[in-house]
Amino acid sequence: MSADRREWPLYEVFVRGKRGLNHVHVGSLHAPDDAMALRHARDVYTRRNEGVSIWVVRTDAITASSPDEKDPLFAPNGDKVYRHPTFYEIPENVPHM
Amino acid sequence: MTTTPAEPELQERLQAGFDATIARNDRIEPRDWMPDDYRRTLVRQIAQHAHSEIIGMQPEGAWIGRAPSLRRKAILLAKVQDEAGHGLYLYSACETLGVSRIELTELLLAGRQKYSSIFNYPTLSYADVGTIGWLVDGAAICNQVPLCRTSYGPYGRAMIRICKEESFHQRQGYELLMTMMRGTDAQRAMVQESVDRFWWPSLMMFGPPDGESPNSARSMAWGVKRNSNDELRQRFVDMTVPQADALGVTLPDPDLRWNEERGHHDFGDPDWAELAAVIRGDGPCNAERLRHRRTAHEDGAWVREAASAFASRSAEVAASASAGPSGGAGAR
Ligand SMILES: [Fe+2]
Ligand SMILES: [Fe+2]
Repeated sequence: MSADRREWPLYEVFVRGKRGLNHVHVGSLHAPDDAMALRHARDVYTRRNEGVSIWVVRTDAITASSPDEKDPLFAPNGDKVYRHPTFYEIPENVPHM
Repeated sequence: MTTTPAEPELQERLQAGFDATIARNDRIEPRDWMPDDYRRTLVRQIAQHAHSEIIGMQPEGAWIGRAPSLRRKAILLAKVQDEAGHGLYLYSACETLGVSRIELTELLLAGRQKYSSIFNYPTLSYADVGTIGWLVDGAAICNQVPLCRTSYGPYGRAMIRICKEESFHQRQGYELLMTMMRGTDAQRAMVQESVDRFWWPSLMMFGPPDGESPNSARSMAWGVKRNSNDELRQRFVDMTVPQADALGVTLPDPDLRWNEERGHHDFGDPDWAELAAVIRGDGPCNAERLRHRRTAHEDGAWVREAASAFASRSAEVAASASAGPSGGAGAR
């Protein structure tokens, strides 16, 4: 059997710490299928009430930006200072702004 | 392979970017460029760390069935389960460097990757469960807290999760020993005997002295390690002495005393020849630990196969159900 047949697929695990918070990436694990990935994630990443909700996503389903192209990718917003509130000067005597 | 004239320049640029990230005390993340040696060092260190958590379940695991009460059994089970979890966090961090967990498992089983020397000592009495929690997890905490700030992001994040859980490990061990120290003379003697056996091996957990730790300097320069072996060993001794006093046990070192001038305890040298022997494979339990790990791995093969078979069968059923006229009727 080839190495990839023997090894279960890799899943990334995201946990919502409590209501009102985003799911946050906490790590990864191997599992034969989605349902087992969820069970393993419960056992590995939430043994002490660390979460109220778990997402598992197969790692090969994630498309990520490459760090090498970070400059060109994020450059378009670098020179758009007018997107920030501090770009605008408001007189001192104008309240609540 | 053809080398374009731009390539050495590119290498330099990548190296400079890496160096700048380290110099800023910033983290290196999985998809960043990194020098091959940095990657290799991390794989070796994280794998060794992961294997230690997994092998580390054995000495204490041996006492789960013999724990003296349901309360102690539940605590010990939870502690050993945590160690399995620590192993998995670390394998997961290691995999971000481009190695697979199965590869690492095979290297461990083949004896080609190491784990901490401490787990090659036997647990001869129930007091050892307490001593391991107090001293061995205590030493692990000293090692691991600075690693939360290690330069490789996934490793540091795994260490943060681990450190949160280690405090329970140390406290349950110390509480167990305190309970025994409040018991009979025989129980107190059992605690002292256990501490006598584990004290020196615990000090060895920090590795050889700085002068004989050739890769340390480079690991420190890379921010992989944050403190030297001797620094951490000293920190551990200083933390442990008052705990031993409070417990009422003696640490088996005639040279152990407070040094007013240094503001630290002086202490004797562990038997470095013994450490070398244990690392070489000649400790009291090296063969047993690996044999047990291999058996567990082989005994679990049918479970892994069954789960894979179930997963592919379910996928087939789901595919044919959605393709067929009835639709919707999945496997589950
Ligand atoms: Fe651990
Ligand atoms: Fe622990």
